[in-house]
Amino acid sequence: MPKVTAQDLIDRFSLQVISGEEGSARVISTSDISRPGMEMAGFFTYYPAKRLQLLGRTELSFFETLSLPERRDRMEKLCTYDTPGIIISRGLEAPPELIDASEKVGVPIMRSDITTTRLSSQLTNFLEAQLAKSTAIHGVLVDIYGIGVLLTGASGVGKSETALDLVRRGHRLVADDSVDIRQEHGNTLVGRAPELIQHLLEIRGLGIIDVMTLFGAGAVRPFKRVALNIDLELWDEGKSYDRLGIDEDTIQVIDTMIPKYTIPVRPGRNLAVIVEVAAMNFRLKRMGINAAQEFSDRLTDVIDESDKEDY
Amino acid sequence: MQEKTFTITSETGIHARPATQLVNKAGQFASDVNLEYNGKSVNLKSIMGVMSLGVGQGAEVTIKVDGSDEEEAMQAIEEVVKEGLGE
Repeated sequence: MPKVTAQDLIDRFSLQVISGEEGSARVISTSDISRPGMEMAGFFTYYPAKRLQLLGRTELSFFETLSLPERRDRMEKLCTYDTPGIIISRGLEAPPELIDASEKVGVPIMRSDITTTRLSSQLTNFLEAQLAKSTAIHGVLVDIYGIGVLLTGASGVGKSETALDLVRRGHRLVADDSVDIRQEHGNTLVGRAPELIQHLLEIRGLGIIDVMTLFGAGAVRPFKRVALNIDLELWDEGKSYDRLGIDEDTIQVIDTMIPKYTIPVRPGRNLAVIVEVAAMNFRLKRMGINAAQEFSDRLTDVIDESDKEDY
Repeated sequence: MQEKTFTITSETGIHARPATQLVNKAGQFASDVNLEYNGKSVNLKSIMGVMSLGVGQGAEVTIKVDGSDEEEAMQAIEEVVKEGLGE
């Protein structure tokens, strides 16, 4: 599980630390942000203590209308042992009661000059990206006509060779052999290459080649959304492969399902062309044109028609 | 499933050449072989995967073998690791 601490936010957003510095190693475990308006008014029943707390002008100006004992009480309740940090926006002054309460339990109080709404969305984006679930998959990721295709299959089946062929045809390589996949914004899978092997391709007999220097900057991409999985496997005589393409197989990556095609490999079969067409056909299906389904409908019509003639 | 943890003692860590030896050895077996380092798991039959981890000296790696010939595979991989790569 990835981790983000208050210190990461301080570094990323150049926040000014006002108090509770010893708590800067506190872990932020959720990307949700809380603006404790109701809490300022004394309602702590559903206080989401584990979230990052954001205090803006609204919260702080309401706070100023409270009596001194109330202020102390609210701030003490706000600073719990679970609270990962409290951020004050717009460069506003931190109330002394907040500083006292934060020192007691070691909650870091930070300040930013950015306005509350903008800061809130920047924080959410950053936290979502950092806290996204991720996994490493053995496969090759190529961008074919704008579709991120993840080629998988046993070692030596010809994934990298197919990728090389695709790059020669003008498509773009994202990652060879090992793809880091993160699940961002709910169910979008984004794949990228581990930094060390970016732009590299390993071809049996040739060794490691650099696709960007060989084919140019247009032949690579740093990251790409994974939309489709094509699984290459050695042709198995005993197995029946999809002949119609009406049913769609899927595979689960992290918590997201993506369509999966299984393509049997046999010497002499031009895989790059098949993979290219699979990507185009996938695109066509998403635009609402499904050749297999249309054919099946036509067949149904013809059969119905001949039934009628019998009467 | 077979599982073993090794400490890499070689000065250069799992560099390109030792990685190739490991990958070639793992590729001789039918079992699934995975290498875990720093919370990331890669296929030990994939050279780029192994090298993408950048495993340095002193690192602890876990090798997991699962399949019909897992015992022989683990033994063979262990031999490669102990030939100067780690213990």
